[in-house]
Parts: sequence; C-alpha cells; structure tokens
Amino acid sequence: MDPDTFRQARWDEPTLFDLDEGPAPEGPFDHETTNEANLPDEHARETVGIPTVPRSRLTRHLTRQAQMTFGVDTGTYPLGSCTMKYNAKMPEPLAHEPDLLNVHPLAREEDAQGILALLYQLQEALAAIGGLPHVSLQPAAGAQGEFVAMRMVRERFRDLGEISEETRCEVVVPDSAHGTNPASAAMAGFEVLEIPSGSDGCVDVKALEDAVSERTAAFMLTNPNTLGIFERDVEKIAEIVHDAGAMLYYDGANLNAILGKTNPGAMGFDIMHFNVHKTFATPHGGGGPGAGPVACTEELAPYLPVPRVKKGKDGLYVLDDGDERSIGAVKGFHGNVGVLVRALAYIRQHGSDGLTRVTETAVANANYLYQRIKDAYPAPGEALKKHEFVVTAEGLWEENGVGATEVGKRLLDYGIHAPTVHFPINVKESLMIEPTETETREALDALVDALLSIGDEAPGVVREAPFNTAAGRVDDVHAARNPLLTWDQVQRDQDGS
Amino acid sequence: MLGGFNVGHETPKKLAYTKEHEWVNVEDGKARIGITDFAQDQLTDVVYVELPTEDETLSQGDAFAVLESVKSVSDVYAPVDGTVVQVNHELEDSPELINDDPYGDGWIVVLDMHDASQAEDLLDHEEYVDHTEA
Repeated sequence: MDPDTFRQARWDEPTLFDLDEGPAPEGPFDHETTNEANLPDEHARETVGIPTVPRSRLTRHLTRQAQMTFGVDTGTYPLGSCTMKYNAKMPEPLAHEPDLLNVHPLAREEDAQGILALLYQLQEALAAIGGLPHVSLQPAAGAQGEFVAMRMVRERFRDLGEISEETRCEVVVPDSAHGTNPASAAMAGFEVLEIPSGSDGCVDVKALEDAVSERTAAFMLTNPNTLGIFERDVEKIAEIVHDAGAMLYYDGANLNAILGKTNPGAMGFDIMHFNVHKTFATPHGGGGPGAGPVACTEELAPYLPVPRVKKGKDGLYVLDDGDERSIGAVKGFHGNVGVLVRALAYIRQHGSDGLTRVTETAVANANYLYQRIKDAYPAPGEALKKHEFVVTAEGLWEENGVGATEVGKRLLDYGIHAPTVHFPINVKESLMIEPTETETREALDALVDALLSIGDEAPGVVREAPFNTAAGRVDDVHAARNPLLTWDQVQRDQDGS
Repeated sequence: MLGGFNVGHETPKKLAYTKEHEWVNVEDGKARIGITDFAQDQLTDVVYVELPTEDETLSQGDAFAVLESVKSVSDVYAPVDGTVVQVNHELEDSPELINDDPYGDGWIVVLDMHDASQAEDLLDHEEYVDHTEA
C-alpha cells in the first residue's frame, strides 16, 4: 500500500462572495426593489446579498469544491458510529419522481394517496424491523428522535401523575453514550445521571441497579454499544429498568448490527429511534438531511408526534392528528419525506433476507478488519465485535508520539477517510472503525495495509500528515478558539486587522 | 504539540490536589482552584471554558466548570464545599491560559470555604504524583 497513489485536487478557489460581479443584468432575480408588501423600512433591504456569478464559473466553482472533498463515493469511509455505507443510487430517481416531488404537503388526502401509501408502508416496515408497533416518521434526524422519545416519556409519566421534583425526574445514561443522549434528556427537562461502564465496556449491571429508582424516568442505551459489543445482559437490564417503573430507550445508532437478527422490541425496549439515513443508506454526512423516526409500545403510542398516516375506511390513507396527549408536531408536515422515500426504496429492494445479509456482512467485515489489525491496534475486551469496534493507538503514542489523531490524518494520504478518533473517551487514543457492509475485500485489505504501514512509517512524517489532500494539517485549535462561520464574520475580522 | 508524549509534569509541592486532577491553594479560608499540569496535558489545547457565576454555592463533588478541548469535554469538580467569590473571566477570551500557566494565570475560581477542615482530606504533592503514575 502506497500513500503516493492518492492525490486530491488542490485549487486555490475563492469563495462565491469573492467572485461576485455586482448587480446582475436583468433577469428573474432583478435587483430593482419594490416594497409592495409594505414592510417596515428597517426590514426592507436593497439586495438579498446573493453574489452574482456567471453560470460557467459557478459550475467550475462547485466542481472544484467537489474535487477537494472526500466522500463515500471517493473512497473507504470507516468513520465509526456513522455507518458511512455506500449510498445506493437506485432510490435517487424514485425520490425525484415528479409525482412525488410535486405533491403539496397541504394537498387533500384523497389527492395524495400515493405518497401517503409510501409513508404508511415505511411505518409498517419500521415497526417490523424495530419490533415496536407504533411509528412516527416526523423527527428530522436521530437527535430529534431522541428528544421526541424523552418528551413522550415525560408526558406519559405526567399523565400517570408520577412526575415531580423527586420522582421520574432523571434519565440514566452509560458513560459510553453518544453525547446527544444526555443532551436530549436535558432538553426534555430531565436531570442526567451517568453510570460508569464495566471493564468489558458493557453496562455494569450492579451500577445500573444502584442508579435506578423511582427518580428514574428512562435508561438510554444502544445495543450493540459504542464499543461495538453486544450487551448480553440486555434482558436483565430491561428487567431492572422496568422493575424501577422506568422506560428503556433504544438509540438506533447501531441498528446496522442487528437487522433481522433481533430487534429492540424483543430485547425489552419501550421506545426507540431509527437513523434511516444511516441504516437504510440515504446520503448523509455533512449535516443532512436525515430522518429519525420513532417507534414505541402501545402504552406510549398516544404521545407520538402527529400527523401519522393511518388506513381509513375504504382502504384510503388518512392523516391522523391523534388527541391532546400527543406531544404535537416537531417538524413541518410529514418530516423529511425525500429521505423517507429513499429509506423505503432501500428496505423494499433488500427485503427481510437482504437486510439480514446487510447485517451479517457488516459484522463480518468489522471482525475481519479487527482480526487483521489487532496485534498493532489492540481493543479492550475479548468479546466478539459487531458492526464496529474500538481499538487503541496507545502503544504507538507511547513509543513515538503517533496517536489516534496522527493515524487518522495519515490515512487520508492513502485515500481513506479517518476513523472516528478520541471517541469513546473511556478508551485512550481510541480509533473507532466501522467499515459497513459495502466495502469489498480489496477495500478492507487496503485499509488494513494502510493502518499497518502507518505504524512502520517514520513518526516525523506521520505527525506532519496529510500531504496528498487539498488542505494539509489544519489548525483546529485556532479554528475552535476563533470561529469565523459566516462571510460577514470573515469581513469583520479582516476589517479589524 | 505532543501532549502526553514523554513530557514531565510540574506538580508544585505547596498545593493540595484531588484525584480528579484539580489543584487547591488554601489561604485564610479561601480555596483557589485550577486543574493540574497533568490534567491540561491530557486534555490537550483548551478551546472553550464554561465558568460558574459569583455567589454560586457548591458542594464537594459538584461539577462547576466545563473545559472543552479539540479532543474532549471535561467537568471540573468542587474539591470542597464553598461559595464562589472570584471567577477568572480572563479564561473566556483566553482559554489557552489553562494550558500555558495552569498553576498561575490559568486558575479557575476562588471559593469561600464552608468547612476549613475539608482541606485536610485532599491529596498532598506526593499522593497526587503517585495517583498520576498509578
């Protein structure tokens, strides 16, 4: 494996604001302004601030940006916990069907039966995959799904009269939880109690028993967990949580590891979210759009966001607004429908046997990788890995100052995206690797070769990497301390200096 | 640049410490608190600091500040009970002071201690060095 076979384009490309040619010639976005709406003067603007750039230059600008970007269409993207599988192109034309694209969200139900049928089918499919019968497709992404679930739990306990400053006021999370879990619980009005994981990286059942009480509203868990290890005690965990009168929540982050093998309902979870953009391969990364449907038990169903699609009389699909127990709408209309359509297309294309093979291949790929690199990059615990695993670069770090960050940066020179680094924080110099099912044997071997050869390279070279990318080592400390996020901020910064 | 890589850490003898890597300097019932050289080195470059407000009352073990680095986010815990009487607001604009001068300009708060005897339970220099080497 040779790092010199990969070269990213390197353009000294200005921003579109730098390319602005000033007021456009006459056209649909004529700059002449009128104030027909009688806006107050302080809100009326002369221009909308969008730069004028010739189409040819705009196309070149965007193409050059794309050439300087790394994506799953460019190379292997083993970013742990993100499930960066190759995005099937098959659902794209389906999602772009004019009959779907042009349906107005306020169209009468009888005029929108096609799209409602698709959404209904997706609700049914997710209920089967999750083992939980009731689904809302509305949440816009995983974190919003978590928030919705915690709000629903809160409303349920309020209706039961159990919410007070001393009771059902707390949500318990393991220390390996994704940061969004405690954030979602806090946003829903709960206090957060973190419990330490056992030495094997799994939930410490004793610590959980000690942590839950009538104060506990829910325990949030993903299974397999963040280390890619299946929580074998999950049934015992469900029993402990339910005996305390609390709810068990499943974070769908790692659903790619269990499709068709088990499901959250069977494991005893009461409520969950799906990251359909991850698990069912709709394009993601870089901020979305995603979709984070929530599935739950009969008991929690009245609290789901609305509207939901139901089958009415005469087999017609109708929108159901539920009753006053629903937490209401959390996103406009029916959620990110384009993403949802792609997810259904993917699910239908694979079928249940195909989805089971997705999981089997994802798990096999992860274990193949792990077995080949474990001598150089060991992992805590001996348990079989699922779809992802966490190894440590601590040995290299101690030996010559090549840690997780350095390995990740150097991998870019080999044309491979960095794994997740320094997460979870309960493993030192952690590299979290998730190859997904879509990488070929050749791609996996290339990743192994790259990881092993980085360990043998001159540490001085590795610490300066990357060299073959559009941008070299970026100063992330400076960027975090002095963020310039908008063009206005950049201009103010330049004027100031 | 190479935090954690064969770097010796400074641990002043006159200070008291906690297992959570805070240092405490007790004078006249007031406790000045920061994080240790070892801790700032483990955290790597601090990029954001969330501070408590003056007059806040803290119990031993309460998380009272948040330090964010490029790698991670960490809480800072109150080593003793006390009321916040001074906050180092310099850190808001210059979080790097925690890395550059952890025992000096990188101090975080001063607490008016509620129970001076709690200071006796803190680790001394030797115990803290043993703790970091364990």
